[in-house]
Amino acid sequence: MELLRLATAGSVDDGKSTLIGRLLYDSKQVYEDQLESVERTSMARGDAYVDLALLTDGLRAEREQGITIDVAYRYFATPRRKFIVADTPGHTQHTRNMVTGCSTADLVVVLVDARNGITEQTRRHAFIASLLRIPHLVICVNKMDLVAYSQRRFDEIRDEFQEFATRLEVADMAFVPISALNGDNVVDRSAEMGWYRGTSLLHHLEDVHIASDRNLIDLRFPVQRVVRPRSEAHHDFRGYAGQVAGGVLEVGDEVLVLPSGFTTTVSSIETADGPLSEAFPPMSVVVRLADELDVSRGDMICHPRNQPTIGQDVSAMVCWMAETPLVVGAKLAVKHTTHWARGLVRDIHYRLDVNTLHRDPTVEELRLNDIGRIDLRTTSPLFYDEYRRNRVTGSFVLVDEATDATVAAGMILHPAP
Amino acid sequence: MTYQLTHLDALESEAIHIIREVVAEFERPGLLFSGGKDSAVLLHLATKACWPQAVPFPVLHVDTGHNFPEVLAFRDRRVAELRVRLLVASVQEAIDRGEVVEDRSPGGTRNRLQTHSLLKAIEEHRFDAVFGGGRRDEEKARAKERVFSFRDEFGQWDPRGQRPELWSLYNGRHHPGEHFRVFPLSNWTELDVWQYIEREGLDLPSIYYAHRRPVFRRDGLLLAVGPHSQPREDLVDEEPFTATVRYRTVGDATCTAAVESPASTPAEVIAETAVARVSERGATRADDRFSEAAMEDRKREGYF
Repeated sequence: MELLRLATAGSVDDGKSTLIGRLLYDSKQVYEDQLESVERTSMARGDAYVDLALLTDGLRAEREQGITIDVAYRYFATPRRKFIVADTPGHTQHTRNMVTGCSTADLVVVLVDARNGITEQTRRHAFIASLLRIPHLVICVNKMDLVAYSQRRFDEIRDEFQEFATRLEVADMAFVPISALNGDNVVDRSAEMGWYRGTSLLHHLEDVHIASDRNLIDLRFPVQRVVRPRSEAHHDFRGYAGQVAGGVLEVGDEVLVLPSGFTTTVSSIETADGPLSEAFPPMSVVVRLADELDVSRGDMICHPRNQPTIGQDVSAMVCWMAETPLVVGAKLAVKHTTHWARGLVRDIHYRLDVNTLHRDPTVEELRLNDIGRIDLRTTSPLFYDEYRRNRVTGSFVLVDEATDATVAAGMILHPAP
Repeated sequence: MTYQLTHLDALESEAIHIIREVVAEFERPGLLFSGGKDSAVLLHLATKACWPQAVPFPVLHVDTGHNFPEVLAFRDRRVAELRVRLLVASVQEAIDRGEVVEDRSPGGTRNRLQTHSLLKAIEEHRFDAVFGGGRRDEEKARAKERVFSFRDEFGQWDPRGQRPELWSLYNGRHHPGEHFRVFPLSNWTELDVWQYIEREGLDLPSIYYAHRRPVFRRDGLLLAVGPHSQPREDLVDEEPFTATVRYRTVGDATCTAAVESPASTPAEVIAETAVARVSERGATRADDRFSEAAMEDRKREGYF
């Protein structure tokens, strides 16, 4: 069984939590005691119907205010796939939550209220999904019951979105008309929308082809730790533990280790369950090399003819996540793959308006939930790829050195001058 | 070759990556090991992550003093097999020393008292990272918790002030006195855990499988008749009877309930779990029934 990670975006008003509640409920992942607890809370609040949103809104403040504050992770499975859902809040001030939820997603579901059509928020969510390079986008036009299941309304919304999406880079896009409240086209095809020729949302989630989404071309193996047991049984054992971040690693491969630049061959690929002949993302393995080299955490193993970019100056899109604004000259800690460095923000090129995609080059700072392009210099070289080519070796986080808080998510565009 | 991992392989690889990040970046990790199934899986994953080295950090059992003997026996067996160091933080000793006061009312448990012993042990052993077997599917407050979950110098969790966690770039930076709880099983469900136990042929305490034992019903839960839970003789409802039961979770014996079940192998448990209609904690934990936010409140104080 495969694993699909998806993120959902939309506000409470779009019925996002209701949709997730519906997916969990209709795929029989909601237990009776959980449903009873939801019914109790719904009744106590005086809701007219059982609010399935309460299945996902877990914190006290969320239940009282009827809003979603933080990314919540939910799980369900069908006989074909296991799903991890990152449920992200929709309001403007939570761009950072959506970026967080999208960072690990294979697919994003964006909800649109059929009555309101494409809104600023829809555009923002779709843009963030494309910025985070999520390969699959599903636009769910919800509340079709409130527009009399009108095909014309659905087509209008689809056409308007497609027009907007020409400015985005999304590999795969699908549109599904649904009513989360009534369950139309969520798990089963709706009897109310005979004009819709596509599949239900769940069927689409089970079917969408994700096997080709990972980069299997450029071998990237960031060294996580050096393993030297120094025990009787493994006296001369020396290996490098890590998770394959790209490409396919095979025993006998000629490889190059960065930053030293030495080449050697892969003598074995080991795991606690025995040796392997090859490893691919996202496998965690221990790699052994034919020669004793000076290799440490943060180093990168790759093929000699296919190396990542090596450099201390990168240009990147960042989402700023802290109350204190980012200014030119800021010094921050940088975590990239398994490597920590210090970084200096040399330039802020522009702030991107996530609603209009308009670039504002006059800004001097990036504020909470802003997305913008910066140039960053690091104290030691990074071994990276463009984020669009590899989401693992192209991403980094910035950390405030005084508070230790994670303050930005970064996606590398290219080397900076 | 399709180059596609199964869901269990993907979850295993993610957990190993998380454990290795901690071993690489923290100075004094520890692992919470109660002898329950989640901590048994967690310890197994730690051995894989550290392989071919032995697990270099100690395991910590927060002992309420209300144990199932089968679970203690399992704990000691595993610790001896893996040659890891076992530390025990005793709630009974904390009570004896007068550090905490026991709730002696009917239905009172030592659940909440564990927080004191846990935080004290973290301080005493100067742990900067503590692995826990918590899963996000268990409970609504847990669903919002990070894999690397920051705790301030009082051990408190601030659900609204959590650090954003992106990609698999975990930020474990902290000041002295602060620590992290790390949850490698965050993305696992109860079903995943059982499928993994079956696949790996993992040993568990025998009470996870069907056995006959005298039980009684209290508030809809099935409690064992034993030294830690006795039916009240004045209540007809609590008339004891013998049933074939198993445990879906094992915690403090006074507030952990059994479920009626004939499942005696992992495969049979998986078949039952797949069609279960009541959640793991709802079926078996009196401690989660205080209020909608019982878990959130305990977690804020520093609970598991």
